[in-house]
Amino acid sequence: MAAQGAVAARSGLRSALPLLAPAYLWLTVAIFLPLSAMVFFSFMTDLPLTGKPWAFTLGNYAAFFSQSLYLTLLLASLRLGLEVTLWCIVIGYPAAYVLAKVLKGRSREAIFLLVILPFWSNGLVRIFSWAMVLREGGILDTALNAVLPFKINIDLMYSYPAVIIGLVHSYVPYMVLTCYLTLQAIDDSLIEAGRSLGASRLQVLKRVIIPLSLPGLVAGAALIFVPVVGSFMEPRILGGRTGTFYGTVIEDQFVAVFNWPLGAALSFILLAVVLVILAVASPVLRRAA
Amino acid sequence: MATTRFLEWLGRIYIGLLLAFLYLPIIIMALMSFNVSPFYQLPFDWTTEWYASLWQNDQLIAATWNSIEIAVITTIISSVLGSAASLALFRYEFRGKKFLQALLFPPIAIPWLITGTAMLIFFFGVGIGRGLFAILLGHVALALPYVIVVVSARLHTFAPELEEAARSLGANQWQVTRRVTLPWIMPGVIAGGLFAFAVSFDQFVVSYFLATPGQTTLPVEIYAAIRKGFTPEINAVSTIIIVVSMALMLLTARFFKFGGEK
Repeated sequence: MAAQGAVAARSGLRSALPLLAPAYLWLTVAIFLPLSAMVFFSFMTDLPLTGKPWAFTLGNYAAFFSQSLYLTLLLASLRLGLEVTLWCIVIGYPAAYVLAKVLKGRSREAIFLLVILPFWSNGLVRIFSWAMVLREGGILDTALNAVLPFKINIDLMYSYPAVIIGLVHSYVPYMVLTCYLTLQAIDDSLIEAGRSLGASRLQVLKRVIIPLSLPGLVAGAALIFVPVVGSFMEPRILGGRTGTFYGTVIEDQFVAVFNWPLGAALSFILLAVVLVILAVASPVLRRAA
Repeated sequence: MATTRFLEWLGRIYIGLLLAFLYLPIIIMALMSFNVSPFYQLPFDWTTEWYASLWQNDQLIAATWNSIEIAVITTIISSVLGSAASLALFRYEFRGKKFLQALLFPPIAIPWLITGTAMLIFFFGVGIGRGLFAILLGHVALALPYVIVVVSARLHTFAPELEEAARSLGANQWQVTRRVTLPWIMPGVIAGGLFAFAVSFDQFVVSYFLATPGQTTLPVEIYAAIRKGFTPEINAVSTIIIVVSMALMLLTARFFKFGGEK
């Protein structure tokens, strides 16, 4: 029986291969080989293509650990990711709850679409639109001064809060989406049962709703945290000089300083951090899927 | 009961505030692209001057055409290759299938900064170099997992017995695929294709590392312009982009339910 199964499996692969090969070859050439090449290059003194002599070295990694700057920036990026994720939970989870449990029918569908629509529009352009709102003499400044009796100067542009606002704006739809999917799956009768057994609203929230929607919460957190730690465009545009993070340093190695091997090492360290985080989150992620 | 009502209204107001947070900056940007003052000063005076000067900006126009061209080619290649792969993953059982499905996750989950710099190193190393071809290679790879996920989701609603019925009526493999399976998964293929277009058209990070001064895409060009200083022209082109990509997603939503409702 087992042998027969193996034969069937092999013939299955033979039929599947022509359909699978083009897509997976493409992914190999454009994603998996480049990632491997990056690891390889990160152990080199120089690019072997430029004709300059090169050798294997651990120097790029030594640079990361010997200069506290890189570690500081990595920690700053991790903190940024954590803060943005927390804000997204605080803002996104209640919205997902209202969408899943309060709104009904067509209005739910329409509003759900409205919430996730910006997510699929150009991120760069949306970050840029905040620049117009946040700068001194910008819309927020003008509007607040028109309403308030005293003169205040709102110049959030090129500051840490500006980076947070822009990133939360970019990523909060993710949280709404993943939490909505798990909240929607909770049977209303469970909530009613809890209530009729005498639990308060808060108790139902704590004992029933949050535990059951936890997979969505974790999935959303992972999907937000990972790209935020690697972000460089948002801090550049909204953070100005205060916007130096781990991602911007990697960008510099490739487009300004041209120290590719160091850039590769820094990228690989970030990749390792990201993979550890995803591995920790993956049991919960798998339950959410 | 009264408390419930009150809480429900509070919830609706909250959603309204969230939508305001999400859309206000975009609306303000769009309005400012029609404002006379190049420094975004109020009062608001209507003009289409910035859109007119956009039309004269050859560099931006060239970058726009590159973006459209790459997005269209990416859409075609990734929906064909992606649909074929999803069909194989759906139809056949073989060892390593779980692994192949798991391989789709990294391209989506790894930050584009890492993927983009890795592509730059590798393409440079093997002699492909930078430029539009490299950008296309990268975009298709980024779009493929999305297409496969979307088409596979659609295939899950397909009854394999239909294929068997067609086969027992004498149809060959190609006829079964073309007459039975493809028509059923078409909405998924179209949705996947639109996703692919959006992934490519809005892609900034990977294009940024693979672009060269002459061979660049619209988002890369905009990023360079923003770093040189804001101009209403960038507002104008940004407004156009956001309208196009939102329209595209509305179209996708018509073909594919996001909500997970059956």
